[in-house]
Amino acid sequence: MPEQKVVAPEFMFTEAAREEQFITGSEAVREAVRRANVDMAVSYPITPQSESMHLVGDIYAEGYVKDYYRGENEFAVMCSVAGAAMGGVRVFTATGGPGTMRALEMFPTWVGARLPIVCAFFTRGINSPLTIQPDTIEMAHLLDTGMIMLHAEDAQDLYDMILKAFIIAEQTEVHIPVGVFADGFFVTHTRDKVRVAPADIKLPPYKPYSAPVPVMDMENVPFRQMRDPFVMKSNYVSYAAHASWQQEVLAAAERARPFIRQYLGGLVEVENEQADILVLAGGTAVCQSREAIAMAREEGIEAGLIKIKSLRPFPGEELRALTAKAKAVIVPEFNRVGWLSRELRNVVQNPDRVVPGPRVFGGMTMPPDLILAEIRRYARE
Amino acid sequence: MSKAMFKMTTAFADVMPAEYVELVQSGPFGQGYGVADLGSFKELIEEHPLCAGCGLALAVRLIMASLPTPEDTVVVGSTGCSSLAFPQIALQNIHSLFGNQNAVASGLKRALKLRFPDKHKDVLVVAGDGATADIGLDMVMHSWSRGEKLATIMLDNEAYANTGGQESGMSPEGCVLYMAPTGKKFKKIALPEIARESGCAYVASVTPVQPRKLEKAVRRAILVAREVGPTYVQIFVPCPTNFKFKPQETLAKAKQREKDQTYPLREFITPEAQAYLAALEGGGKHD
Repeated sequence: MPEQKVVAPEFMFTEAAREEQFITGSEAVREAVRRANVDMAVSYPITPQSESMHLVGDIYAEGYVKDYYRGENEFAVMCSVAGAAMGGVRVFTATGGPGTMRALEMFPTWVGARLPIVCAFFTRGINSPLTIQPDTIEMAHLLDTGMIMLHAEDAQDLYDMILKAFIIAEQTEVHIPVGVFADGFFVTHTRDKVRVAPADIKLPPYKPYSAPVPVMDMENVPFRQMRDPFVMKSNYVSYAAHASWQQEVLAAAERARPFIRQYLGGLVEVENEQADILVLAGGTAVCQSREAIAMAREEGIEAGLIKIKSLRPFPGEELRALTAKAKAVIVPEFNRVGWLSRELRNVVQNPDRVVPGPRVFGGMTMPPDLILAEIRRYARE
Repeated sequence: MSKAMFKMTTAFADVMPAEYVELVQSGPFGQGYGVADLGSFKELIEEHPLCAGCGLALAVRLIMASLPTPEDTVVVGSTGCSSLAFPQIALQNIHSLFGNQNAVASGLKRALKLRFPDKHKDVLVVAGDGATADIGLDMVMHSWSRGEKLATIMLDNEAYANTGGQESGMSPEGCVLYMAPTGKKFKKIALPEIARESGCAYVASVTPVQPRKLEKAVRRAILVAREVGPTYVQIFVPCPTNFKFKPQETLAKAKQREKDQTYPLREFITPEAQAYLAALEGGGKHD
């Protein structure tokens, strides 16, 4: 077992001296998990996630993770990490694309059971014919599972968000899972400079009895759950119990907002937000947008950038305020349905100002020129 | 658990539910009770909402009275008739989804091993035939292949009883049920044999007709799972509601199946488990 000193999360996130490493997104996952004091990880192969969970296996072999195994399929993996979390340990896993869809039944179950699981999603297309190419469409399917959803732009974000996700998820008043999303291949397989804390420090251990629900260990009360199970009852008590619990779970995600602000510096990040043309993006669409905005500036056109980091909870108020004076909000996306523009249209005033696109899908990269063309179009209007 | 955990605040004693008071005063925690003691202590199962004559309810009652150390037992269940009874059982128990019980239990058992390395925390999986042999079979078999130290119990009522009586993989061949309107076309899944070949160190099939035999199988399964490897017990639990017989005929139905060998009672024990059990049982100890 390697010697690692437990440090306060704030020290890990801000004060600890950081070393720059030139690593892939998958390696950034390994480095985050190495410092996260993870008790148990369960893996299953799926492109492009496999490498990240191989690397978690490597650090298990080195002693940084206490237990690790390959599960039998993605659904079973999500069930096993749920069982482990109910037993009171800190768990990590990852999946992506079809794996996310295979496991889908478990995600709302994690939330309902108030499990602070951290799962990385390396997004990939889920259409037929089969594709392994990057695409963020799976995120649309997860928007209403109740879990917190953070979207990483690059490997640095991925490293930071995974570490911070544990601390956000494990707050007693939150205590729901956090999905950390990164665009498959673009982030997982490319090398980037990532500044990481020393490997000889780690986060404080998870405190199982900080959970707002009983830990399944027969060491805390209550032992009996209820006198009259309402699972299938058709009566008011049953409806009220289910409805109030669903509201409580939604409220738990709401209560995560201050922690996301504290640890991630906000649900969004903005650049040049005074401009009357704004680009709103998440994931790698952010870097492409930044590129397009720089190209526009060379042409004398000013555009601002809103990088959305937290999709759930959704930064509705922030976006309403930021877009109040904009004449257009361009939303480039890596999927065909445009779920982020739909989300934005639901919260801003005069939603006709939301430009739903450009979009690429099927594995394409997003040429900044496509975004630039939209910026130019609205600059002329 | 520490016994001190199971107590009442004296000031609240008069407003606590009666069954809770009884559980504190004469429950089975730390007592080493067994099936022979039924009637003399407060059982873990409280009133349940299952049908009159339910073989499954009887089996659950007997299982709960057979646990070597109920105070350190966590149950993982699954969707089905039994999931209606478990919330009222005074053990911490998980109902996650339909069929995922052995995957959940794998994670739970490993977590409890990490947190309590010097203590036996028994993780007992109790699920129906649909959950075990159909929708959850891959996770059941993989938990066995991985050697997870779990005791898995199937409550085999030979149908999807809770959804109205549909065919399951465990229904007998030829049986007419919903979704098998002209009779089931294939044999009952040979799960005891599959368990034996998949790495279970102890396998038994029993019925509630012989409670002591059921108790022995459950205890052996839990004890072997502590030290040797995965175990499997299959309990025939006739369902009067879906198989349309009178509630008072449940045990007679099970007895008949035992007698005509259409529900053969079996016990497979690996030499390692045999040696382990001989050491335990030879010493006259329960656990």
